[in-house]
Amino acid sequence: MSPASTKTIAFRRIPSGDALIKIAVFSYVGLIVILPLLTVSLQALGQGVFKIWEDVTQPQAWFALRLTFVSAIAMALLNAVTGTAMAWVLVRHDFPGKPFVNSLIDLPFALPTNVTGLMLVVLYGPVSWLGKYLKTQGIEIIYAQPGIILALLFVTFPFVVRSVQPVLMELDKDIEEAASTLGASRFTTFRRVVLPHLMPSILTGVALAFSRALGEFGSVVVVAGNIPMKTQVAPVFIYGEIESYNPRGALAVSLVLLLVSLLILLLLNRLQHWGRERGT
Amino acid sequence: MEHSGMLQVRPTARRTPWGKRALMAGTLGWFALLVLLPVAALSFEAFHSGPLAFLSGLKGEAAAHAFWLTIWTTILAVVVNTIMGVLLAILLVRHNFFGKTLFDGIVDLPFAVSPVVAGFMFIVLFGPQGWLGKWFEAGGVKIVFALPGIVIATLFVTLPFVTREVVPVLREMGRDAEEVAYTLGASRWLTFWKVTLPTIRWGLIYGITLTTARALGEFGAVLVVSGSIIKRTQTATLHIHQEFTDFHYQAAFSASLVLGGISFVLLLMTEYWKKRHKEA
Repeated sequence: MSPASTKTIAFRRIPSGDALIKIAVFSYVGLIVILPLLTVSLQALGQGVFKIWEDVTQPQAWFALRLTFVSAIAMALLNAVTGTAMAWVLVRHDFPGKPFVNSLIDLPFALPTNVTGLMLVVLYGPVSWLGKYLKTQGIEIIYAQPGIILALLFVTFPFVVRSVQPVLMELDKDIEEAASTLGASRFTTFRRVVLPHLMPSILTGVALAFSRALGEFGSVVVVAGNIPMKTQVAPVFIYGEIESYNPRGALAVSLVLLLVSLLILLLLNRLQHWGRERGT
Repeated sequence: MEHSGMLQVRPTARRTPWGKRALMAGTLGWFALLVLLPVAALSFEAFHSGPLAFLSGLKGEAAAHAFWLTIWTTILAVVVNTIMGVLLAILLVRHNFFGKTLFDGIVDLPFAVSPVVAGFMFIVLFGPQGWLGKWFEAGGVKIVFALPGIVIATLFVTLPFVTREVVPVLREMGRDAEEVAYTLGASRWLTFWKVTLPTIRWGLIYGITLTTARALGEFGAVLVVSGSIIKRTQTATLHIHQEFTDFHYQAAFSASLVLGGISFVLLLMTEYWKKRHKEA
């Protein structure tokens, strides 16, 4: 407008490399995340690999780790199927109250983990009528291994649903119709056309759920208790060792859990790349 | 080839309505059994002896102290992790530095690490035997089994939420609008306040909600780090756990319902806003 304004048109670039932001962020993440992780890993490794192996293979620790992995695998298999089915129903079908059900999916993420455990004890515990009935049938859930899987299923429920849902929404129905027109049955269409497209997102959801299940503490400790060699999972074992002032036992098992978490993060990274390739 | 000419498109709705119904009934039934039934059971038990009994479960100095401690910790965690989370997102999207991919992965670690291991890390680092803990203790500052430990543990578990919600929005918005504002003479601060912040608003709000819900409900990490000292380091989740293990069921149920209810309402509210924002 005014001739004077032409002077300021000279392009001003926002100065990048803001040293202050970098210093603030690096020192914060360094203090809260990196330093504690390094300290605990180094202290565990400082005992020597032989000692770590000895601590991990000690019967109680070994049992806890095995129980953790077996329960997490059982949860993952069930969640892969039910989560995908839930996403399918929410995307492809209409029913009354669908928006409400859709927002209820996240409920397990909102609840404190020990509250989740408490709910399961109230429902299936020895005092409730359902718990009493199940006991007469010889089924024990609370303070037993089925309770662990039930708690894990509850806390990880949203992962697969929320991972598959957006992919399913964007999936073109044309290819399914093409497959169906060419004579493929509904099941074949799903298996050969839809499933390959959903695979990266299903696996992403399962990996997130698995990672969460390995570390889950609050709900499991309330539901299954802390019975060594019976219902004690790895995080509960670590908690027990800390409580009994035995950090050595806690260190080795913590290291195993940390390493597996890292591996899963790497896997998730690969899955993201795969998903992007599938998407195009 | 009698029906030559038009290729008959077989509609995908070749699905039998019964198969569809069975899938819907099975999936929704599974969800209701797994998630909704336990929630209903707890709500029923909490109000079983009437609303007065429900309220009486919330009375007592220990409960009041625990809820206040949780509220203050949550406020602190939200303020710190909102500021640091936005800075972290800006750093990850707008800056390049050595080891950025690794750093990006490290930011996700708090989601992957078991809460018990997280708490344990802080004991190893800041505990009376930890090298930083010794240093702090010499200065008269107690971190583990005290309030600072609770805050640090909560900061750790909620660290990634804001960043993870803001990063995609920031990446999508690009730099054009900011550069225009800056070229027109707005200061960096004004540019952020008037251009960047309104754009990332929804991601930020969602991140803050998730941070709040997690901070209110964190159990494992806080249990390990705080020592759960009644009326001193006992947060709301720890109070619930205490009352439950002491067989004070009414107190445990009432507090659970209040805490879980707050988190859930927060989550529902954000989802509602998010939907309105998408429709607008």
